[in-house]
Amino acid sequence: MKTVAEDSVLVKKVVDNFWDAVVATTLFRGEVTHMVKVSAIVSICDFLKTDPDLRMNYLVDVIGVDYYAETPRFEVVYHLYSLPKKHRIRLKVRVNEGDQVPSVTHIWSGANWPEREAFDMFGIVFEGHPDLRRIYMAEDWQGHPLRKDYPLRGYKDRYNPYGMEREEEWSPGKKQG
Amino acid sequence: MSDNNDLIATKELTLHMGPQHPSAHGVLHLILDLQGEKIVHAEPDIGYLHRGTEKIAEGLLYHQFVPYTDRLDYMSAMSNNLAYVQAVEKLMGIELPERAKYIRVVAAELSRVAGHLLAIGSWALDLGAMTILLYAMREREYVLDIFEQICGARMTLTYLRVGGVRYDFTDGCKEACRTMLEVFPARIDEYETILTGNRVWIQRNKGVGVLTAEEAIDLGLSGPALRASGVKWDIRKDEPYLVYDRLEFDVPTGTNGDCFDRYLCRMEEIRQSMRIIKQALRDMPDGPFNVDIPEIVPPVKPDVYKNMEALIHHFKYVSQGFKAPKGEAYSSIEAPKGELGVYIVSDGSERPFRLKIRSPSFMNLQTVNAMAEGRYLADVVAVVSSLDPVFGECDK
Repeated sequence: MKTVAEDSVLVKKVVDNFWDAVVATTLFRGEVTHMVKVSAIVSICDFLKTDPDLRMNYLVDVIGVDYYAETPRFEVVYHLYSLPKKHRIRLKVRVNEGDQVPSVTHIWSGANWPEREAFDMFGIVFEGHPDLRRIYMAEDWQGHPLRKDYPLRGYKDRYNPYGMEREEEWSPGKKQG
Repeated sequence: MSDNNDLIATKELTLHMGPQHPSAHGVLHLILDLQGEKIVHAEPDIGYLHRGTEKIAEGLLYHQFVPYTDRLDYMSAMSNNLAYVQAVEKLMGIELPERAKYIRVVAAELSRVAGHLLAIGSWALDLGAMTILLYAMREREYVLDIFEQICGARMTLTYLRVGGVRYDFTDGCKEACRTMLEVFPARIDEYETILTGNRVWIQRNKGVGVLTAEEAIDLGLSGPALRASGVKWDIRKDEPYLVYDRLEFDVPTGTNGDCFDRYLCRMEEIRQSMRIIKQALRDMPDGPFNVDIPEIVPPVKPDVYKNMEALIHHFKYVSQGFKAPKGEAYSSIEAPKGELGVYIVSDGSERPFRLKIRSPSFMNLQTVNAMAEGRYLADVVAVVSSLDPVFGECDK
């Protein structure tokens, strides 16, 4: 497995060009991760795709992570790969519940489904997404199953008699008693 | 296609194909907007097999999750095992013994052969050539028999574990692989005789579902389907894991990016996989097949019954598991369907804080509309088959 050095173009080019948007850069197990500001994610992605030294033309995945009880609560992780240069990079943004993340579907069309998945599972809203609907769960599903405060056995309904009782006034993300 | 399309006034019709449809490869639900017999828009609707695997993983110890990965792409369970354990090993920074690496290569390639055989078999069945399915099932039986000899299971294998493999790869298994390698080349040629020159097969596949390289990359296509569009990207070659950098094999690519090229790529990959297995069997060294770290590798079973320390060791392993350092790691492999990756976020405990499976079937299905739009309804069947989606993996 390839490792990334500290003076690699993956680290330097991003930090040099977006010094005010990169919050933190970490190298762990040979992978480079940039934590960036939400407002800059689209311009950084655009840069990563078009820059001749980086050429990140392949979007591997968009991932939601729920750090429940922390603020901001959610993290959106982007895995990018460059087919011509054979290198990978990871971008992360932190968002609060109700905040919007700009969609990257106009840069890589392949972001469509993974963003829908993150919306379905965590309720992260991607601004500018062409078709932001649930993908796995039913259209009328309430709640977002991969959130840390969503019970593993689900909520009680006529198909799931062993689920947890839902509070009367329940809204997605509201803390369960 | 006739030129008087504008003259024939037809009403647009929405057709729901699946989820219970013989050529839906499981539970694919396609919502097709049709103008006559032509596809205006094809919208895959997935999620009928969603079992919340990622949520389940958050509640399990690292070693307890391996059996769940078998149920993702159940046509090639070894590849899923490999993707998962490799991610955990990367997170923990474990280097495997040489023998385990070779065993894993053989296991992964065997499961690629099994997966591709079924892909081609069911594809041919969907397009009306039933013979191939029966032949492919017969050949797949060889592979499943080897799996049974290796680990006792035929489909849900759980053969790989963090730090190595569960059982040694015996000489008997090697012999079984060699028999398979002798039998298979002639059989694969037989498939080609039946399909590659077959006029019906060519008519149904050639020029159908064409994707250019740029479109395919943009849409996140990977695996043999992407290579058929002429993109030479194989993770085994470009970011070698295990011992793939020491083995000789070619990466087949297509030129037209149509269903026929995807079929040819898969056929050639079966041959290349056999080449890899042959070399791996030849070069496999003796030695341990697990790492020498007691926390992550349980004692051998006979010892547990006779030896007090081994019993305690076993108990601690099963009940407490092992901790992974705080951090995150993404590891991907070239699965039969494409890039299969596992992303693990660890909070330093013995359970993953977040586990994400990047399944190739899920990403590949996004391309259905781009491939089917403007084509006939019958072509959708070929297009879906050429992607070879497996819903255990797509719906997670």
